[in-house]
Amino acid sequence: MADKDAITVEGLVKEFGKLRAVDGLSFSVPKGAIFALLGPNGSGKSTTIRMLCALLTPTAGRAEVLGFDIVRQGERIKERLGYMSQGFSLYLDLTARENMEFYAGIYGLTKEEKKTRMAEVLKLTLLEAKSEAIVGHLSGGWKQRVALACAILHRPDLLVLDEPTAGVDPVSRRVFWSLIKALAKEGITILVTTHYMDEAQNADLVALMFGGKLRDFGSPGDLEERWQKHTLEAVFIAMVEEHRSLLEEVSR
Amino acid sequence: MNLRRLLAITKKEFIHILRDRASLAIIFVMPVMLLFIFGYAVTTDIEHIHTGVVDLDHSPESRALVQAFVNTGSYSFLGEADTVAALTEAMDFGRIKVGLVIPHGYAASLWRDEQAPVQLLLDGSDPTVARTTLATSQIIALMQGNRQNFLRLERLGRSLVPGGVDMRPLVLYNPDMDSKRFNIPGLIGIVLQNVTVILTAFALVREKERGTMEQLIVTPVRAREIIVGKLIPYVVVASFDVALSLIVGVFWFRVPIVGSLSLLILLSFVFLLAALGMGMLISTIAKTQLQAMQMALLTLMPAILLSGFVFPREAMPTVVQWIGYLLPITYFIDILRGIMLKGVGMEALWQDTLLLLGLGILILSVSIVRFRKRLD
Ligand SMILES: Nc1ncnc2c1ncn2[C@@H]1O[C@H](COP(=O)(O)OP(=O)(O)OP(=O)(O)O)[C@@H](O)[C@H]1O
Ligand SMILES: [Mg+2]
Repeated sequence: MADKDAITVEGLVKEFGKLRAVDGLSFSVPKGAIFALLGPNGSGKSTTIRMLCALLTPTAGRAEVLGFDIVRQGERIKERLGYMSQGFSLYLDLTARENMEFYAGIYGLTKEEKKTRMAEVLKLTLLEAKSEAIVGHLSGGWKQRVALACAILHRPDLLVLDEPTAGVDPVSRRVFWSLIKALAKEGITILVTTHYMDEAQNADLVALMFGGKLRDFGSPGDLEERWQKHTLEAVFIAMVEEHRSLLEEVSR
Repeated sequence: MNLRRLLAITKKEFIHILRDRASLAIIFVMPVMLLFIFGYAVTTDIEHIHTGVVDLDHSPESRALVQAFVNTGSYSFLGEADTVAALTEAMDFGRIKVGLVIPHGYAASLWRDEQAPVQLLLDGSDPTVARTTLATSQIIALMQGNRQNFLRLERLGRSLVPGGVDMRPLVLYNPDMDSKRFNIPGLIGIVLQNVTVILTAFALVREKERGTMEQLIVTPVRAREIIVGKLIPYVVVASFDVALSLIVGVFWFRVPIVGSLSLLILLSFVFLLAALGMGMLISTIAKTQLQAMQMALLTLMPAILLSGFVFPREAMPTVVQWIGYLLPITYFIDILRGIMLKGVGMEALWQDTLLLLGLGILILSVSIVRFRKRLD
């Protein structure tokens, strides 16, 4: 694999009992790219992400993240990884600052590092006004930025965001994406899933998944060209339609 | 073990405890509540046994017999019934546990030097009461016989020749044979186990249920840092409970600590290690808080039944005794009774202490090994 790739995946498979949630994925993502994983509900996006973060062990295939093998060197990956899980799992009885302090400690920041970095991140994520608020009392947009703040405190090389904008209003989503783009400019590789195709338009690379399989991979422009559509949204709908008609044919 | 990570976890867990009313109630209210409930409920003293009498003789002698029962202090008479049938009915309905029927002509047959028959009805469904009353009644019968002989001799102008065996009991450690003094130390152990297991059983499960576990295990934190880091606040909190239950035991139930208080506190920490470990182990196994609660309560049953808290372990079948050896509480109750009642020190308790420490380390290690930093 090339040194400039942040993620390389070869024939990745994950089975839950009889269900093949991820079915032979292969792709690679260069460092510093914003990479969007798209697909309908249950297509295996979260499962793929969890394997890449060494939270799930693949049934078959292999993958390297930041140069480390996801099975044998999972803990090395975790040191360089920032992760926002689906549904922002924050400690709701803690304040925003307490949540951040906790993760700063978990990632082993020194006292000085912690102080300067917390101030930086609070400013970047526009959280200064709400830093002392109990997270459980905050609305979706604020919670989302607290979760992001916790995930970037330790300056990760790879930021993984599983549906970071679900349940968040359009203004907050726009603010959030401008943050993501700023982070990518600093050289952080971003892996993101979303059901909003307008957001995916911001990505450098897109993977289209359906039923655990990779249906297409490339830049938004490439995909629009291949599927002869003007937007990613139209491409996405075309892919799902194609599968539906295929399914109908089979059942007929 | 990374100290910064450990402290981060400990601090966060402290905040959770302090902001959660349920946890605070478990820490401060539950031990006192349990001590009061069990302290009064678990008593093997035979007191206030409801007793009924049918006295068909109405003689000074028959009244003396009833008085002899009253004088033991264990029986409270609920008055006289007119017929044996009424007495039996009272027993059927559970109003009395002991019935005494003194037939007509009781005094007369005494003075005729005959065996005077008296019927004693016992509720055998409560064997402790029945057995004790049986023994008591035999002694009373013997004493009444002696009294009669004495009166008879006196009438003949002779006096009783002293002789026979004079048994002089010396009851060690608990001279009044007060069952509270025996029960309270054990109860303190049971209460501490219950509170600490319940508290820690939720420690990891809560994070699993709320989804924060996934966020936690995607960091470089180690299993042992999570387990130990979460344990530390509970050690602090549980030591409050040690103090609280000792205070209730000593000042409310008036069970003094004969031995060394500092040794007792030191060995309590050894026990806390094991008890908190049990909770943590439950936390690694259970998937939901409900499951954790059920498992925590499941550890309470054997603790009460098999540890020697209520029932003497010597009387149990060997297999059941062995299960008792696997419970940390068994050793801790030995230690509590040893220090509080007998006033012994390490010379008598080193075996219990070593086994307790070994069990604690084993349980904690198992929970660390069982903890998976993966979701599958
Ligand atoms: N731990 C698990 N055990 C069993 N089945 C699972 C497990 N996790 C996921 N699945 C199944 O695997 C399939 C893929 O799930 P996954 O969560 O990866 O989809 P997704 O693309 O993230 O969907 P969504 O857009 O709804 O988040 C689904 O059918 C899901 O029910
Ligand atoms: Mg998902």
